[in-house]
Amino acid sequence: MKKNVEEFTIVSNAALNKTSFHICLQSYKELPDIAPGQFTNVEISNNRDIFLRRPFSFFDVDYEKKTVSLLVKILGRGSKSLTELKVGSKLNLVYPLGRGFTLPEKNDKVLAIGGGSGVAPILQLAKTADLSLGQIHIVIGARSAEDHISVADYKRFAQFYFTTEDGSLGEKGFVTEHSIFRDLTQYNRIYACGPLPMMKAIAARAKEAEIFCEVSLENLMACGFGVCLCCIEPTVKGNLCVCTDGPVFNIKDLKW
Amino acid sequence: MVNLAVKIKDLELKNPVMTASGTSGLGEELADFYDVDQLGAILLKGTTLRNRDGNPYPRMAETASGMLNAVGLQNKGIDYFIQNIYPRIKDYNTPLIVNVNGSTIEEYIEVTQRVNELDKIPAIELNISCPNVKEGGMLFGTSCASAEAVTREVRKAYHKTLIVKLSPNVTDITEIARAVEAEGADSVSLVNTFLGMAIDAEKGIPLLSTITGGLSGPAIKPIALRMVWQVSRAVKIPVIGMGGIMNATDAIEFFLAGATAIQVGTAIFRDPFTPLQIIEGIEDYLNRHQIDDICKLIGALKY
Repeated sequence: MKKNVEEFTIVSNAALNKTSFHICLQSYKELPDIAPGQFTNVEISNNRDIFLRRPFSFFDVDYEKKTVSLLVKILGRGSKSLTELKVGSKLNLVYPLGRGFTLPEKNDKVLAIGGGSGVAPILQLAKTADLSLGQIHIVIGARSAEDHISVADYKRFAQFYFTTEDGSLGEKGFVTEHSIFRDLTQYNRIYACGPLPMMKAIAARAKEAEIFCEVSLENLMACGFGVCLCCIEPTVKGNLCVCTDGPVFNIKDLKW
Repeated sequence: MVNLAVKIKDLELKNPVMTASGTSGLGEELADFYDVDQLGAILLKGTTLRNRDGNPYPRMAETASGMLNAVGLQNKGIDYFIQNIYPRIKDYNTPLIVNVNGSTIEEYIEVTQRVNELDKIPAIELNISCPNVKEGGMLFGTSCASAEAVTREVRKAYHKTLIVKLSPNVTDITEIARAVEAEGADSVSLVNTFLGMAIDAEKGIPLLSTITGGLSGPAIKPIALRMVWQVSRAVKIPVIGMGGIMNATDAIEFFLAGATAIQVGTAIFRDPFTPLQIIEGIEDYLNRHQIDDICKLIGALKY
């Protein structure tokens, strides 16, 4: 797969809530195909204390406008610096990286779960899959209503359900406690991206119900293209690189 | 037109910029970005006799101007390499150099013998400096006696260009360099990573599964440069310099200090195009300084 290192220009960098930003980036070249779940390793050029790039899943891709966007949740120094970048400044991306989700087929019944910045590839998956509303259900979990991002633009692609830990939006509790999990028999595919405990809990349910399930991992990585061997995940096929063999894995390959 | 070609014993390089072992995979990963034939040489990921899973996760920690790694020589073993990888990469038009590792001298010899049979591998880099394995690795490279012993035996088994990669985790690196030169090494490459460590203060835990790991990146450059300077004055064989080289200026400093060629390592993680930018930058430097041959820059430090 051809990969690129390219300077993009920031066309917008806006807060979606207290901790999440939406950064839209303009390319001047034709974009290569970018699948939902693929990611980019981003140079943090406005903070000299940060040596390595930071990986982000693609949130959206517009081939016509030649723009890509990222959902950046402030987790540390790297993500914080990105949210401080001004419109018009440059951002250097290594992309597209990794293997994305296996796209659903036209008769599939999909349950997709997003937590934290893991919402980004899940929303892109819904948009790309282009199934009817009844065929794709998305559950998004967050701490409280103000931690959720708006999914208004995605309501034509999927049916949405929400959870919050304080009950301020949707059902109260963790995303994995949503009532939709009481009966998974209607689904034949489950996708998840979010915090590790969330994905592990979902994987356990999918395994029990014997449903196809893919999760997107975010192990610490340096290069993002398979040379440093730092982001390894133990699998039934041995230690695999999350950056090249993933970040999306079928749970049957993981040692969870 | 300036000359960028250098020779390390019988190993001919079209330019003196190689990619360091463990930072450029098997060449194929960089080929996803550009034509790797432009590189001076590719140092392949460290290879052992048998499959090694490497160390547990986490294996990496970002540090000030650099990073620690504790990969631990994850590789599928020399036989897998010969059967499955070599056929795919052997036709690259740039020298491919196998980085040879072992936990015993016998293992080093066995790997070397198998590599010796491969037509398209013109050289090996004998790694006696990996800080991330419990047996072998750096243990061989931190005493003159063991460095001599492994170099002597591998020299008997290998008939092409033999580069020995040195550890900086020693009191006097020139002693080790002289020792391996005396046993027939055709070149020394230095430095491998510095043993370091990082701690999560809030949690009170180490950031690496192995507690300690190898430090690389611009943080180590001044020390690496000093060691290349010392070693190039202590031995007659060509020195290959590395350690925190991020750009052409860094590379030029290593040539001035006495390196015949350089390796780019951790910088590749930040930008896989760095080696190509360095080749271009060296050419530009030579033109600006009206030097027609890179060889005239080697050890040309004025002092």
